[in-house]
Amino acid sequence: MDEFFVRALLGGIGVALVAGPLGCFVLWRRLAYFGDTLSHAALLGVTLALLLEIHIVLGVFVAAALVAIPLVLLGRRPILASDTILGILSHSTLAIGIIVVALMATVQVDLIGYLFGDILAVSWTDIAVIWGGGALVVAVLAVIWRPLFAGTVNAELAAAEGLRPEIARIVFTMLMAAVVAIALKIVGAMLITALLIIPAAAARRFARGPEAMAFLAAAFGVAAVVLGLHGSLWFDTPSGPSIVVGALALFVVSLLPFRGRAAEGRS
Amino acid sequence: MEITLPSPSAAEPLAAVENLGVRLGGRWIVRHVDLAVRPGEIVTVIGPNGGGKTTTAKALLGLISPAEGRSVHRPGLRVGYVPQKLAIDWTLPMTVGRLMQLTGRHPRAAIDAALGEVGIPHLAGTPIQALSGGEFQRALLARAIVRRPELLVLDEPVQGVDFAGELALYELIGTIRDRLGCGVLLISHDLHIVMARTDTVVCLEGGVSCRGAPHAVTESPQYQRLFGPRAAAALAVYAHEHHHDHGQDHHGHDHGHDHDAEHHHG
Repeated sequence: MDEFFVRALLGGIGVALVAGPLGCFVLWRRLAYFGDTLSHAALLGVTLALLLEIHIVLGVFVAAALVAIPLVLLGRRPILASDTILGILSHSTLAIGIIVVALMATVQVDLIGYLFGDILAVSWTDIAVIWGGGALVVAVLAVIWRPLFAGTVNAELAAAEGLRPEIARIVFTMLMAAVVAIALKIVGAMLITALLIIPAAAARRFARGPEAMAFLAAAFGVAAVVLGLHGSLWFDTPSGPSIVVGALALFVVSLLPFRGRAAEGRS
Repeated sequence: MEITLPSPSAAEPLAAVENLGVRLGGRWIVRHVDLAVRPGEIVTVIGPNGGGKTTTAKALLGLISPAEGRSVHRPGLRVGYVPQKLAIDWTLPMTVGRLMQLTGRHPRAAIDAALGEVGIPHLAGTPIQALSGGEFQRALLARAIVRRPELLVLDEPVQGVDFAGELALYELIGTIRDRLGCGVLLISHDLHIVMARTDTVVCLEGGVSCRGAPHAVTESPQYQRLFGPRAAAALAVYAHEHHHDHGQDHHGHDHGHDHDAEHHHG
């Protein structure tokens, strides 16, 4: 196996391990569009990083967090429907990001790479950032797990019984921004949400509890990365989209009507 | 009533709202409401829909910041809460056993005991989404009591439970109060059943319109206007029939409502 391929695998697996558990909350809290909004802000973060000469991951994290904060605040006093606000922010940050990239005549920016990922150019430094940042995200998620989950079921119930679901929600938003930042190089701004929700959706059918679903989602994410990257190598297809197609294949398989210990719910 | 606790009014309240006023969308949902729950006391709040029952309970729990007045509770108060509405989406896989640990860890034995108490000992491994409405309410009640709360707040806890089960659950709430010595705030519209073990009834329709011991309240003109004379009669029968047998068999408990309601009223 070529070293670049090993690096690609390691980077992709690192992102998938984090995206799976976080993606479960994206499903449970119906945040798919929110995830899109954060990742579309990523491009703006890239330009921010280039202009300020800071690390791209840091720039993307800051941009995503800056978009997330007003969303969290606006969520408290709804003026417009949340999907309207998300739609406005999502597409305007993407548009502004592309314009700024085009205006930056002095710097050569690989726009396609940032939009769809450039996993085969993952360096050892990138891998260190992915695994280091990813470990931090997972550790924080473990700490806030109970209040975040209880707040997902019912925020008032959680608050009445002494948890702090509001703080957990804000921390979770920052974790989302962090995942967008570390996943950008792997699947690109346009496809990050896919890596969050598709493995989690595939895991739902086989999970009886939320923790089991988080572990399964991570496992399915890893499988999607391995499948997708091998597919990309064999068929010479772009790596980010190939990973997403790998995840889709797993999801479709999860829909097949075979008998399992499935927690089918409505019986 | 056979309650042998020390006079509840003597103790410091676990939680209280004082001169509570809550505004929403430019109008007062409730105003000038005083309500306190003391250890060992069951306070039942009744009133029409939109009368502010749930709002008052939420303010008492500190979930709503009042526009007027204040909400106080003992620091570190351990609360068990059954909200009026709780929907668990199919995307969220969860068994009854996991629901029991939603806001804190509990030993397996305590979980089994709580599920047994509410009459669903066999459902620990069942997905929430597969429960009937009545089973779900029982699971929610079990979840609240497994915490051994000091204050139990139950917002219409018997929705979807059949009549016999409803009696048994109200009976159980009284038993739990006796055992844990907790204060209970119960929001209800089936007052004719609930009131037998209640210490204080509060009628809420934007403000407190009547308050007192169950029998005193049912005789008040405000209450009669709210619920009509038949409700008072039904209550009287239940309170009378209530003296015998307490609680071992919660499930399908029959309280022998064979008396004619009119017997006491007329």
